[in-house]
Amino acid sequence: MDEIKSQQVTFKLFRFNHETDYIPYYNTYVLDITHEEVILDVLNRIKWDHDGSLSYRRSCRHGICGICSIKVNGKAILACKSRLFDLIEIFGTELTIEPLSTKRALKDLIIDKEDFWDKHAQVKPFLVSDIDENPMLENLVLPDDAEKLLEADYCIQCGACHYSCPALEINDRFIGPAAFAAAFRFAADVRDDSSLERLHIVNEEAEGVWDCVKCMECAEACPKDVNPIEKITKLHNMIFSTGIAKNNVATRHAVGFAHSIEKHGLLDEGELVRYSEGNIGVLKHMPEAFEMWKNGKIVMPWNMPKSKNLDEVKKLIKSSSTVKF
Amino acid sequence: MEKLRYALYTGCTARESTPELLKSTLAVAEKLGIELVLLDEASCCGASHLQDYDDFLSLVLNARNICYAEKLGLTMVTICNTCQLNTAMTKHRLDTNPELKAKVNVKLAEVGLEYKGTSEVTHFLYAIIQDYGLENLSKKVNVPLSQFNIAPFYGCHNIRPSELQNLSNGGENPYNPTSLDDLIIACGGNNVDYDAKNKCCGFHAELQSPHTAAVLTGNAISGAMDANADWMVTPCPLCHLKLDVQHHGASKAIGRDVKLPVLHMPQMVGLALGCTPAELGLQHHVTKVNFV
Ligand code: SF4
Ligand code: SF4
Ligand code: SF4
Ligand code: SF4
Ligand code: FES
Repeated sequence: MDEIKSQQVTFKLFRFNHETDYIPYYNTYVLDITHEEVILDVLNRIKWDHDGSLSYRRSCRHGICGICSIKVNGKAILACKSRLFDLIEIFGTELTIEPLSTKRALKDLIIDKEDFWDKHAQVKPFLVSDIDENPMLENLVLPDDAEKLLEADYCIQCGACHYSCPALEINDRFIGPAAFAAAFRFAADVRDDSSLERLHIVNEEAEGVWDCVKCMECAEACPKDVNPIEKITKLHNMIFSTGIAKNNVATRHAVGFAHSIEKHGLLDEGELVRYSEGNIGVLKHMPEAFEMWKNGKIVMPWNMPKSKNLDEVKKLIKSSSTVKF
Repeated sequence: MEKLRYALYTGCTARESTPELLKSTLAVAEKLGIELVLLDEASCCGASHLQDYDDFLSLVLNARNICYAEKLGLTMVTICNTCQLNTAMTKHRLDTNPELKAKVNVKLAEVGLEYKGTSEVTHFLYAIIQDYGLENLSKKVNVPLSQFNIAPFYGCHNIRPSELQNLSNGGENPYNPTSLDDLIIACGGNNVDYDAKNKCCGFHAELQSPHTAAVLTGNAISGAMDANADWMVTPCPLCHLKLDVQHHGASKAIGRDVKLPVLHMPQMVGLALGCTPAELGLQHHVTKVNFV
């Protein structure tokens, strides 16, 4: 039998009751933990042995209901799945346990997840299909078609990505990674009849995929390897390939790269901004551009560097382009 | 030690808006006796925006870049986090999907190239740490940065997604990265800790979501200021552009005047190795480097 390893850990635990407390506070517990324990075991021990008023959510204890997600030292985790020894390896022996979103705390580690469900609802996370209600045969999906979902259907709606997304933290209209992954999950389903409608929803300015800052926090946070940013990229691709891309600063910013590479191999940074913003929009960047120019940070068009063997790049752009704008 | 040789993928930024990055990279390599062969044939990595538009085209173009490193039989080093992400992502996808690799190679054959998968792709930061070694580096430090509190700003695309990046970054944990901190210490400086050090600067949404981008930049600089930093250091020229050039917009967005000098990673190493400000291109900064 494996020998039981143990370790002393200091836990700082977020406490707050939105009905009675004005500001949150932290309780500190020093506990001996063993290598077999997960964070949920510690929460249970604190509740059972030290303070019965501690509140948190758990149900399946198998990483499948998605309800126990919290943050430890800023890292979103499933309490029932995250081994303490793994966390100690990353952060050392002082661990701060907080709800997924401190500003949404209701009671201790329990948060109000309403915004998460609202965003989900916004992308119509269900199959829209005109099916025979009394079918004689099963409505089968071929393995190749099921693969197209890229495991987006593994999402357990734990909210780890959603509450780790900086774009959402700042812009509460942003739909966010979990709902985008759900939008993709149904938009990519061969049985679905509402793909285009969903793509229009995620194509909206300020709300849609264009406002993602590409920080990859969502991919890192997800305990199910759903990789939301991969799905967000797919949604971008689908917006272009279905021809619903609007002509705006966001789309021109993406397309501008292709134009620039074709011309120089490298990116013409100044021209990209002008092309994306338009001749008038570009004016708002002038103060910064002037500062940059003064310090030798702007390459003039006639000095634009070019890749060697540029003809290869041009040829490949001709032969390998798969999208038109 | 055997002489280290790499193929240098400069990316576009180092040849345009951050010339000081290329300059200081070459200066540091020279001081350390590292040979960098410039990949002048390479094109832009697409910065994850071309990827949004035409994924296949971006794979073909990035594979072509790697081909030129393979031809030299060298590991490719990048000096931009986003170049690192897009190049390493291309490599990973082609190396793990023979069908996709074959499709890309059909296109590359039209220009007489073949992607094989024989060259590694790593950021110069990790080449210095893992191949050159921090101990060897500290031995070469002759102007220790001991009077400075330095705030490391990691930049997302060197540390996330860790599944991909850990192939080349020595297993750095994105929630508690240490490489830049270790490098600061090796240069004799004092590394300061602050929450935003592993967060995003917002660069990629700057045009389409300027408020979000400005707040993220503001949070980063203000976090570093609160931690009592004299200046910041970053391995990514895109983060640098955001932090060095955009502090006015950032200040407005967060309602606090924020401003700190920001050095590129090789500029910091260069200072510790005794390079002159001119050799490191410090005159190009918008937020003036007022301490040397
Ligand atoms: S990559 Fe985009 S969606 Fe994912 S966490 Fe970052 S901003 Fe949010
Ligand atoms: S995508 Fe992953 S992190 Fe986000 S809600 Fe679903 S399971 Fe949780
Ligand atoms: S990410 Fe930026 S610097 Fe790197 S190649 Fe692309 S455009 Fe150039
Ligand atoms: S911090 Fe921002 S600009 Fe820098 S690498 Fe990350 S996403 Fe790109
Ligand atoms: S209790 Fe269900 S996922 Fe943790």
